[in-house]
This record gives sequence, structure tokens and C-alpha cells, in this order.
Amino acid sequence: MSYLTNPSMTPSKNLKNTKSNKTIKLLKNKLADSLMAWSIPIVFVILWFYLTDGKISTRLFPTPFELVHTTIRLIQDGTLLVNLQISSIRALLGLLVGGSIGFILGITTGQFKLAEKILNTPIQMIRNVPHLAMLPVVLIWFGIGESSKLVLISLGTFFPIYLNTFHGIRSIDKSLIEMGKIYGFSAFEMFKNIILPGATSSIMIGVRQSLGRMWLTLIVAETIAAKSGIGYMATNARELMMMDVIVLSLIIYALLGSISDFIAVAIEKYLLRWNPNYQEE
Amino acid sequence: MPGYKIELKNITKSFAQTPVLKDINLTVEPGEFVALVGKSGCGKSTLLRIISALEKPSGGEVVINNKKISAINPEVRFLFQEARLLPWKNVFQNVMLGAKDRDKQKTLNALKAVGLDKKELAWPSALSGGQKQRVALARALAGTPKVMLLDEPLGALDALTRINMQKLIENLWARQGFTAVFVTHDVSEAVYLADRVVLIEDGLITLNQKITLSRPRVSTDSNFTYFEKLILEHIITDNAENSIEYII
Repeated sequence: MSYLTNPSMTPSKNLKNTKSNKTIKLLKNKLADSLMAWSIPIVFVILWFYLTDGKISTRLFPTPFELVHTTIRLIQDGTLLVNLQISSIRALLGLLVGGSIGFILGITTGQFKLAEKILNTPIQMIRNVPHLAMLPVVLIWFGIGESSKLVLISLGTFFPIYLNTFHGIRSIDKSLIEMGKIYGFSAFEMFKNIILPGATSSIMIGVRQSLGRMWLTLIVAETIAAKSGIGYMATNARELMMMDVIVLSLIIYALLGSISDFIAVAIEKYLLRWNPNYQEE
Repeated sequence: MPGYKIELKNITKSFAQTPVLKDINLTVEPGEFVALVGKSGCGKSTLLRIISALEKPSGGEVVINNKKISAINPEVRFLFQEARLLPWKNVFQNVMLGAKDRDKQKTLNALKAVGLDKKELAWPSALSGGQKQRVALARALAGTPKVMLLDEPLGALDALTRINMQKLIENLWARQGFTAVFVTHDVSEAVYLADRVVLIEDGLITLNQKITLSRPRVSTDSNFTYFEKLILEHIITDNAENSIEYII
């Protein structure tokens, strides 16, 4: 009956209670969410422990302990880090070259009808050849050195960024460009203030698609023709039947892919923070 | 700072052989507030776009401040029906685009003039329709223009916001003294704001009516309703067969 004697106290107290209840509910929801998201991987790890404990040959699949042991060994002798570094540099350099060319060409054909008329058809023709089919040609022309990998990854990352940049520029709201004209924007101001930010969301889709193709191309190139890198490490391990190293390479690929996509999503979220679709509640 | 004089001489405009404007002659005095009214498709918006040089006339010429215009003039600002803010720039950055030399003080003054200086860091997506239009107004005012062209800027707003915006536009016009050409299909809005109401029908000026009411005007005042009726009757008798299309 306290609310009758002191009405001013009760509502605030109730408010506090519901607030803390809400926090607990929110935490519970989060816990449930992450449990659901991780449930299948956890089952797999349990299955892994179970199966490699005498159910299947460890020559076909390493035990978790073997894998950890191998990882530590390869970190200690430096092989892992050296190969990781080489692979990452190859991938990023390829993305930088291919992505830049795609971006610049996309901007050019997106803005100038003449450039589109001249360039778009040949680019679309080349696009229809799977870039990995170029591997024999690239190997003959550039050998198995770094340049062949750079060329191949550039080819792979070029198209998604080109296409999405082109599309992004073409789908910019014409009324904003008209507004820019009224305010006397120069060509550069128009590009900086309207065209580039307007195309950003589309360009970022291209970047994320390119990242996937970047790792794929890297793996193929390093598996077929390389003397270093994670792909080489796995191929070499196959010849020696070192399943633990092969599985470790796969895990590293998965991690590299996830990390790069995570970074791309973070950049996307930052660049598009003005967009309600990218704002967190 | 008085506004610029606008002279329209024998303006014609056709889109793909279809005439939209047929011989428009109109002079807007420096600092005058003129409302262009007419039904949708009568060519009033096209005329405004021609004054701004966003569109070229098929014939005739536009003279602003005694100079024939051929390109977009930095002293002429245009307020569209949609606010057309850049969604990736915050309120302050959007308004700054309109200020000469991207001057921060002028930007802030313009934001204060429309009462949005507290929203300067907000993204446009977080604003209401009326607030967005006020930001657009601030952006146009930040350049202290000599001519303001308004193309149904309040058309998409709700009734209450509209009334506030009309008052705001009237105040800013009285304070800054720019020449204003305001396109609307709302006769009452035209009578409330304008010194002169120009009716355009089928590409021709069919009425050029001075509104001699003192300001601030009250829409329930009998003289106000007199002018409103006068213009409406003119529209309805001229076009009895399709009068239903008018939005009053």
C-alpha cells in the first residue's frame, strides 16, 4: 500500500525495476542468439573429438591435439608466419591493383557515355572468360613468380569492383545532381560531394565480392604454381601426407576470409553511417 | 540588399513538338514576391526552371538584373518540392554547400534563421519532412541570394507544418529582401504570401492580380477571401469542364 502514502516514489521505483528487467532480458536474448549461432560448430568440434578418438584413421584427419601441436610447431619455426605474410601481401597487392583499375574504369564509364560506348563491350567480353581459365596463359607469360599471381588476382578482383562502381554511379539520384548544378558545383565538387558518396554503397558490395574472389584466386594460384604461401604449404603437405598441415591451411583460409570480410563490413558501416539501414539501434 | 529584377520576354517552350509555354511576358520587380498558380501541367514549373536556367527556353529571353541569362547564376537559388539534401552529409555540411566560400559563420546564421541550429549534427534521414525543407531553405539562404525560386516547396508537407513554413518564408523574405517567385497550386497559399498572383493556363498568363492586403495576412479576413474568390472564380469559369482537378 506504499503507493497510496507516497505516490511520488512508486512510479520511479517501478521504472527502475522494469529497466533492470529489460537489461536481463536483453542479455538472455543475446546469450540465446550466440548459442544458436555457435551450436553447429560446437557439435562439429565434439564430433571431431569423438571420431578421431579411434573411430577413423588419424591419417585421414588429425586429432584436435595434433592440430594444436602442429600449429605451435609451425609458429615456432616461423614457417606459418612467413607463408601467411607472403599470401596476405599477394592478396592485398592484387586487390589494390585490380580494384584500382576497376574503380577508375567504373568511374570513367559511369560518368562518360563515350567511354562506356568504347570500353564496356570489350570489358564485358573479357568478363565472360572465367579468370581462372587464364591461368595457363598467365603462367606462360609471367612464369611462376610473383607477377603471375598479381596478374591473376587483379583479374579476379577487377570485375566486381568495376561493375558495381559503374552501376552505383548510374543509379545516383539525378535530382541531387541538379541540386549540385544550382549550387554551381565544379566537376570535382560534384564528384566529391555527390557522385562518389552516392555510389559508395554499391562500390562496397563490389569490394566484398572482390574479397571472396581474391582469396579464391590466391588459393588456386598458390596450389598450382608457387614456392611459398599458405597454398604452397598445403600442396607441399599433401605430398608428405601431413593432414594436420592441410587442415591448418584450410582453417587459416577460413579465418583470412572471415577477417577480411569483417573489416570490409566495418568500413562499409562507417562509410554508410548516414544511412538508416546501417545504423544500429 | 534589394533583390534583382526579372524580365521574361516572349518565352516559349515545347517538349517534343508539344507547346508547354506560349509567349510568356512578365516582369518581377526587385524584392517583389510573385506567386505562379495554375493546375498541374500548365507549365508553371517549367517557367520556373527556365528562369533558373536549368532548362533552356525554345524562344524568347530571360533577363535578370538587366543581363540576359545563359547559365546558372550564383545569385539565383532554387527550392525544390523535395528538400534534395545530401543524405551523407549532416545538416551543417548540407547548409554549408550553399554558403559562399563555404563560410561557417554564414552557415550557422542561416541555420539559426530557420531555427535549426540545434540540429546541425543530425543526418537528414533523422529529420521530419518540414525540418528537411527548412534545412533546404537554410542552404538556399546561406548564399544570400538576390532571387529565390520556389517550386511548390510546401506541397509535400502537412497542413500545420505548411502554415509555419509559410510564415517562415514570409519573414525571411521580408528580412533579406530577395525577389521571390513561388510556384504553387494552392490559391490560398498564393494569396497569403504574394504581392502579385499570376495565373498560368495552357501556357499563357491569363490573370495578373496584385494582392493589396497588408501583412501579416489573416486567411479568415474578408479581404483575403475576396482575393481568393476572385482568383478561384477566374480559374473555374475559364475551365468549367475540368474544374474538378483543382486543389483548393
